[in-house]
Amino acid sequence: MGEAIVITSGKGGVGKTTTTANLGTSLALLDKKVCLIDTDIGLRNLDVIMGLENRIIYDIIDVIEKRCKLNQALIKDKRFECLYLLPAAQTSDKSALTPDGMIEIINELKPEYDYILIDCPAGIEQGYKNAVAGADKAIVVTTPEKSSVRDADRIIGLLEQENIDPPHLVINRIRNHMMKNGDMLEVDEIVQILSIDLLGIVADDDDVIKASNHGEPVAFQPNTRASIAYRNIAKRILGESVPLLSLDEKPTFLDKMKNFFAIQKRK
Amino acid sequence: MTNRPLITIKGTRDGLTLYMDDNCSFDVLMEELEKILSREQTDEDDPLITVNIQLGYRLLHKENEDRLREIIRRKNKLVVHRIESEVIEKKEALKWKDESDIKCYTQIVRSGQVLNITGDLLLVGDVNPGGKVMATGNIFVLGSLRGIAHAGVNDNKKAVIAASYMEPSQLRIADLISRPPDQEADGVYMECGYVDAKRNTIIMDRLSILGKIRPDLNGLERRILNG
Repeated sequence: MGEAIVITSGKGGVGKTTTTANLGTSLALLDKKVCLIDTDIGLRNLDVIMGLENRIIYDIIDVIEKRCKLNQALIKDKRFECLYLLPAAQTSDKSALTPDGMIEIINELKPEYDYILIDCPAGIEQGYKNAVAGADKAIVVTTPEKSSVRDADRIIGLLEQENIDPPHLVINRIRNHMMKNGDMLEVDEIVQILSIDLLGIVADDDDVIKASNHGEPVAFQPNTRASIAYRNIAKRILGESVPLLSLDEKPTFLDKMKNFFAIQKRK
Repeated sequence: MTNRPLITIKGTRDGLTLYMDDNCSFDVLMEELEKILSREQTDEDDPLITVNIQLGYRLLHKENEDRLREIIRRKNKLVVHRIESEVIEKKEALKWKDESDIKCYTQIVRSGQVLNITGDLLLVGDVNPGGKVMATGNIFVLGSLRGIAHAGVNDNKKAVIAASYMEPSQLRIADLISRPPDQEADGVYMECGYVDAKRNTIIMDRLSILGKIRPDLNGLERRILNG
């Protein structure tokens, strides 16, 4: 029996869809059977980031309105045998998706898959309620900005009223130099305010945007900071304990030289 | 009828105190009162006299209380100051208890959430930015207060707000509102906010001052002493 995890944030643009795509990819890399569900009706993005846009024939609304079977709407990933996507509808009426419909779909998927990742739309209205309806667990994504932490706090408050496990936190788009200068909220500060368990931190990396634009989640790349971070989060979802990635950038040759001479001078 | 008079009048510096018998019927008592009052003569020049009424173990309904006040008011120079009884209604007693109780909550009040209670609030947990706690009495936060706290909602200026870590977006006591200065200040540990009676504003100070400015916070029986 699989586990349904909703990925939500409240605020838009913090990286819910990117996180969903990369966690799905990372879990698939670890040989888990994964299904991604996009619930952002009218503004679907997950298929674009996964590079599966041109394979969509049926979508989630077609499944709910019984125009097709669930298996017909599922799109197999081009890289993995064990990764599937259920795309959102781009044109249909938003109100067609209901919490009951979501629960039905998720219950049908659960026996087949190890993990079902639900990409939640921004906001706290109907779209959010649909996405959360069938979930067993929740991951809240936030960035080190006050506004996004505030919205994450609101979402956590709403999630606490649902019948699901306490949510876990992913802090996305961390810029280390700004955090060090005190221009951004620090990881500890965010965790202290939200007081939920931290699942992982992801650096703000150009590679993430580059990879998303190529329709290939960054998690595929062997050793960018972001891809390692996402794969670590996937391992933590599986229950492994992996230490948090250091945010410090690797010193360049020039830095090493500078350090070397600084030590020399002090002597 | 017994020899004891139904109504005893005592004059004090603060005016008259009427001790009323609590065994006879109310109608009899009122007749007696009218009789006594008609005996008293007052001149136009006399100053106003305040009257305190001690009902003993008699519980008055609103109608009867109005009747009592009416009888006394008919007499020119008398003003009812207060009516005291040794007993109160069960409903009122429970309300009283409710308002003076300390309610303990262990939760985080997150953005968009409101915790509104009667009585004193003891919150073991944080109030996050955007969250709000309201209480008719005092508010004590064992945690970080980063949202809005409103103490003494029913215009109780004696109420205080105390927190282990104080970084509120607003503090409200009764109808007064204060907010931290615009130049971004970090929060402070172990502080409290209270209303300074002279300046009529909310003042922040360290927690240890509370014992001096609100000595009645000591002990749980304080409300009963205050009446």
